[in-house]
Amino acid sequence: MAKVTAGVTTSHVPAIGAAIDLGKSRDSYWAPVFAGYDFSKRWIEDARPDVVLLVYNDHATAFSLELIPTFAIGCAASFNPADEGWGARPVPVVEGHPEFASHIAQSVIQQDFDLTIVNRMDVDHGLTVPLSLMFGQPKAWPCRVIPFAVNVVQYPPPSGHRCYQLGKAIRRAIDCFDQDLKVQVWGTGGMSHQLQGPRAGFINRDFDQHFLDCMVDDPEQLARISHLQYLREAGSEGIELVMWLIMRGALDADVDEVYRFYHVPASNTAVGHMILENRT
Amino acid sequence: MSLEKPYMDIPGTTVFDADQARIGYHLNMFCMSLMKSANRERFKANQRAYLDEWPMSEPQKLAILARDYNGMIALGGNIYFLAKLFATDGKSFQYAAALMTGMSQEEYAKMMASGGRSPEEPPAAPERGRG
Repeated sequence: MAKVTAGVTTSHVPAIGAAIDLGKSRDSYWAPVFAGYDFSKRWIEDARPDVVLLVYNDHATAFSLELIPTFAIGCAASFNPADEGWGARPVPVVEGHPEFASHIAQSVIQQDFDLTIVNRMDVDHGLTVPLSLMFGQPKAWPCRVIPFAVNVVQYPPPSGHRCYQLGKAIRRAIDCFDQDLKVQVWGTGGMSHQLQGPRAGFINRDFDQHFLDCMVDDPEQLARISHLQYLREAGSEGIELVMWLIMRGALDADVDEVYRFYHVPASNTAVGHMILENRT
Repeated sequence: MSLEKPYMDIPGTTVFDADQARIGYHLNMFCMSLMKSANRERFKANQRAYLDEWPMSEPQKLAILARDYNGMIALGGNIYFLAKLFATDGKSFQYAAALMTGMSQEEYAKMMASGGRSPEEPPAAPERGRG
């Protein structure tokens, strides 16, 4: 049977992707950011997943204002890195898992979460930057990836509570898939940041630290954070953190914190990264 | 009954909600068009003519021509769409963010390097036209 072994969270700042692609990862500005992922690259060598269900948001790339799905699951065989206006990132094509993704879609919809099914989609930095951070620059990504896009562009995004419950539904779907697969769920985006208006540059270290702590042992508390609290305390784009709760919902109640990294800034954003493992 | 908007008093922040998305639909879709290089070239060759192809209000077009990002946001622009515009200009997210705060890019980068804008620190109110 498929088995959820671990969860990973990470920010997905586009400038991180640019730094990798342009060979700037050893610059004094970027080196501390990438050093924070050295452990993770070694860890994932051993913990190698067969499939990553990667929760991210599209940034006005595959979805414009013409179509705004709150939750969308990518069921295609492959997904091309998107041209976001300056050419596609030079990273491998993302290989999906249509059979597993379709199973998850059907199961989760039957649990009352009305997903949008996507059979053709390009994937932007929201999905490819986390892959680069965890796997470096391989010729091909070492696992299959199921893209799971969440609307956090047009307000309101789904609530943290909804995301947390969805994570649990995804977990039940994974648990009843009858192939032996090691599955990781990744939640990306965040942490505190604001990209717009006179308040741009907003960072809330205390909020972020508390969030990281609670990801380990009190996710229920995080699931109660309201939209308004995110806007006020994490910045207008910090509300992306609801995506981390999908990942957390898909893990066991009790997890081991394997790794944690926090760094300010990457461009305009506080970078937060965690690895959590199920105990059994 | 109208929707409650308890987020309207957050300083220096415009929430891209249903109303903003409606007002800014064409402005944002114009930005989206700039993902195609042929469109970028046409826009750069004659900005006003390109803008006139879109059913936008005159204030929206003027804000775009002036690269008044706070103005565009007030008129329904969303930062992820506006990113296509400043990318077309060869500018970074940090450049645009600095502009919206009324700081120089250097000052802004320095603020970020020293931990970012603190939650206690109210944002400055840049004059219209600066950001």
